[in-house]
Amino acid sequence: MCSLGVFPAPVTAAQTLFERNNELLSALHPGEHSQACDLPSPQFTRDTLKGHSRPESSSRSVFLDQRDTLWMRSAGAWRDAGLYGLLDEITNSAEEVPRFLAVGSACVLALLRWASSFHGSLFPHLTLSSDEMVAEFSQMLDWSDSALRSFAWHPHTDKFAVALLDDSIKIYKSNSSPTPTLKHRCQRSVCALQWKPLCGSALAVACQSCLLIWHVDPASLSTRPSSGCAQVLSHPGHSPITSIAWSPTGSLLVSASPVDTSMMVWDVAAESAVPLQRVGGGGVTYLSWSPDGSRLLAATPSALFRVWETRMWTCERWPCLKGSCQSACWSPDGGCLLLSMQGERVIYALTFSDLTGGPKAASVVADLSETTFPGPDGDLTVGGEVCSLSWDPRGERLAVLLKGDSQADNHPSVIAVFKTRSSPVFELLPCGFVMGEAGAEPRFMQFHPHFQHGALLTVCWSDGRISHVPFYFSSAGLLGGDSPQQALASNTTNPSSNKLYTEQIS
Amino acid sequence: MFSLKQNCWFIRKVVIWRAVASIAWSVLLLPVTSAVFVLLSRFSLFHPIQWISECTSLLTASSTIFSLVVLCGVVLITGLFNLEFYTLVPSIPCSRMALLGTVLHPRQCVHSLVYCTMGMLVMWCASVTIGGRYSTLGIPCKQSESGEVVTCLNEYHLFLLLAGAFMGYSHSFLGVVKNMYYVSFQPIQQYKYPRFKGCLPMVVKCSVIQSLYSARNFAALYFFFGYVPKTWISSTLHLQIDSSLQPLDSLTGLLDFSLLYHLSISGTFLYFTWYLTVLLFRIYVTEAYSFPVQSTFTEDAEQCLPKVLAETNTLVMKFLALQDLALLSQHSLSRRLEVFSLSQPGGHPHNWNAISRECMSLLSELTQRLLAHQDAVASNGRVKSQSDVSETPRLSVPLRTPGSVFTSSVGGMHSALTAPFTPDVDSPFSSPAIRRLVGQQEPRSPWFGTVQSPHIMRRGPKLWSASTGETARLKLSYLHKIFSSNVQLPEASSQALFADSQAHIWALQGLSHLVAASFSEDQFGVVQTTLPSILSCLVVLLEAVDRHFKLPHASSKPVRTVCSMGDSTYKTLRFALRAALKTAIYKITTTFGEHLNAVNISTEHRKRLQQFLEFKE
Repeated sequence: MCSLGVFPAPVTAAQTLFERNNELLSALHPGEHSQACDLPSPQFTRDTLKGHSRPESSSRSVFLDQRDTLWMRSAGAWRDAGLYGLLDEITNSAEEVPRFLAVGSACVLALLRWASSFHGSLFPHLTLSSDEMVAEFSQMLDWSDSALRSFAWHPHTDKFAVALLDDSIKIYKSNSSPTPTLKHRCQRSVCALQWKPLCGSALAVACQSCLLIWHVDPASLSTRPSSGCAQVLSHPGHSPITSIAWSPTGSLLVSASPVDTSMMVWDVAAESAVPLQRVGGGGVTYLSWSPDGSRLLAATPSALFRVWETRMWTCERWPCLKGSCQSACWSPDGGCLLLSMQGERVIYALTFSDLTGGPKAASVVADLSETTFPGPDGDLTVGGEVCSLSWDPRGERLAVLLKGDSQADNHPSVIAVFKTRSSPVFELLPCGFVMGEAGAEPRFMQFHPHFQHGALLTVCWSDGRISHVPFYFSSAGLLGGDSPQQALASNTTNPSSNKLYTEQIS
Repeated sequence: MFSLKQNCWFIRKVVIWRAVASIAWSVLLLPVTSAVFVLLSRFSLFHPIQWISECTSLLTASSTIFSLVVLCGVVLITGLFNLEFYTLVPSIPCSRMALLGTVLHPRQCVHSLVYCTMGMLVMWCASVTIGGRYSTLGIPCKQSESGEVVTCLNEYHLFLLLAGAFMGYSHSFLGVVKNMYYVSFQPIQQYKYPRFKGCLPMVVKCSVIQSLYSARNFAALYFFFGYVPKTWISSTLHLQIDSSLQPLDSLTGLLDFSLLYHLSISGTFLYFTWYLTVLLFRIYVTEAYSFPVQSTFTEDAEQCLPKVLAETNTLVMKFLALQDLALLSQHSLSRRLEVFSLSQPGGHPHNWNAISRECMSLLSELTQRLLAHQDAVASNGRVKSQSDVSETPRLSVPLRTPGSVFTSSVGGMHSALTAPFTPDVDSPFSSPAIRRLVGQQEPRSPWFGTVQSPHIMRRGPKLWSASTGETARLKLSYLHKIFSSNVQLPEASSQALFADSQAHIWALQGLSHLVAASFSEDQFGVVQTTLPSILSCLVVLLEAVDRHFKLPHASSKPVRTVCSMGDSTYKTLRFALRAALKTAIYKITTTFGEHLNAVNISTEHRKRLQQFLEFKE
């Protein structure tokens, strides 16, 4: 088991630029800027993006109060807020309706509230508002406060999409072609983005109320595709959507909502959905499709997650000991699943193989508890809960976004990068910490799906910058001899961690 | 009437048994639904203990058992109708005239009649179960003037029976309009029980909504015309009409909460019984069937995938074989290896050749159909009138593929009469879409020719206008507009073109996944020989599909139906086909990458494929 103690000490002063010769180099080293790749790294600040100050339904307070008839108001309340709104309206206008109606609706309303509070006590996430829920279950750290809401690389080309605070989506390409901006009436509180595999144009967007599928023609020069290019997919009771996953063959899209116990399997072109319902868990928060397409992980808000096999769509239940599953990633061959739980500072691994019929228990592969590194400007503490996990497509680097402590000033969120080795046994080896510019904390990260010279990690920072950190290595089997020595050399300054490390090599 | 052709082994050995299993399950579920119905119909909020004890005694009563036997008969007939009428390719009436013809077709009339009878039977059972004032048609009553006891007509019983007949007819009618017998395949595979469990809430919701609609419509109908059956029944059966009771065809009589509650509950029970049978049948029929790729025994050869794919007479077998091909190409390594294997003496790739040839012929047939449609369609998006069409080079291409669509859409009468009756291909009434898939020649009956002729259609209003006034002529020209066979329903012809495209989608998925898998799994290089023709076949189809979507109405999305048992998947099949086609080409280009440059295809097609290699599509 690998722990943060064996990591080389993070360089706090400067941004990490790239990895070469098994060493993460930062901007402190002179003459290294020439290595930066030609991918666009835009920066967005909160000031330039005007978010929605208030939800649409509350804009009525701006207008003068106009007394409609009871019928009109009831119809409006039914339309705006459903049954609750209607009952509320009738109860509030007690002087206009017959007494028995007002009393009856007040009783029904109280009963409904009591029932929903009971339901909410079983599943506490149901008491959250829609925005809070998205912030809670998003893979983006500190979603509500961030200028960047979501990020997605195209699986086949050098193209990525960024969702911003003002509910627009921008698409950047490697060359200096125009960057289309996507806006749609339904595109609110974007929680996840994913490009359709085996397709040049389709981008799925998980919004607060629906699922949008944008068809952005790659050959078009337009910078504002019309909202006619977007398909709106919605299902009653299935919002907000916090996670989406395309099947690797691009034929199906699965969407999940924390309030809906069933996840939807969409045939996007036909706009039809098959709900797959399992009652336990109270919803589905996070989905991840294995790269070979044979399995799908579905995490719930409770201490339970499921692994579906995608041939006959049956599932295995995996109850967890403590919190819910926060993030997960699959190895490129689909044989290994790494998971992190809320409230636990470890990474679990599940190994699937067709011969043994699946794993019986998860094993702990990394310990991420707090470790303090002495530095020039005082001690730096790293470690904590895992916010998201990302594995590069070659299966050689694993990036882990560790939540910091916002109260303590020397405990920032950091990205720890591991080297991974699958044979003879699955193993994580330390690689280093990816640091941003001074004061910037990582919010989200994703590996480039097809980087030629190794792996390329794209990181969204808290200052609104998107940067790319290449890891140059030659594939397969390089992890043999020199990397432990490298790690040893860089760890000599940290005596507390040496003990663990020597245990590991002995 | 039941003209099932039993000669195909697949129908005999698989489809019949699946239908039997689905009917058996519907019968087995009948006691459960009846028990729920009894509980709901006798529901009383204030006497729960009395309610429960009444229901338990009722459930064991002989009358309930007899009702169950009658209901079993109804379910059995429904199941047989499902088996007889189900269709994998929906018939899409291209004009209003065609729709009218479908509804008035003799077979449809028989169907409606049977459903009316079944509806009355179910409602009779329901009224006996509910008991009380609903139980019998005749009740003793005192005549007001003489005071003697005579048998009077029980209007409540009659009301429920007529409601049953009405619901039966509306089920049969909506079955045609909404393609109730169209069986679509799910995008994912599920075991039968989870699928049933997943669909059950939808069926309950649909039957409740449908029952409420029908109850409303029937109440309105009875309010206006209720006296007709009432007086007729009372005169034929010599039943008095009790004048002391409130007649039901009045506003106060109909505004009886308990009556409306029982009506909607019984209607829900009726629809639920039928919908459940349909649902179980759909689940059983669309279950994947695994055909062997090759067999060591020659007598089993006709049951193997290559032979079955080439079979054209049994549509359900062809569809399931294509589905099996798509599944094996994605999920089963061992069966893929069998596809790529060589025949033992001789070393020929017979399996791959037969499978790829069959898929490509399906796809090129679709290409031909699309090209013919584009030729025949005028720039305004409507099909040209008969005379124009015959001038196009349409007749030079073989009639069966392209022409059939147009004879059907121009002369709406034809497809009108085909309606939901698929299995018998030989009948002149069968849907052109099926005939197309099956590959038969379109018989051009002279009768259709005369009816189709626009001159006759135009003559009608003229004759009428001579005798009636100006307003009447205006009305008639409006009617003419509605019913004229030349007025196309928007996008209907586009839907009709792609009505059987589920087969093409599977063929595309199967081909592309097999070709992609061959990159690493094909030891003998059998796929390489056919790769150029597969690629050009896909590109040609893509061009035809692209051109089709440039036509007006082709890319307009249909309105989604909220809740209905009728499956509207066929309305979006053309979008699904386009997506599947692009995905298929991408699958091949991403797998082969630069190696595609070594494949021998024409420059134009190479240019198009280059676009795919650069992800510019």
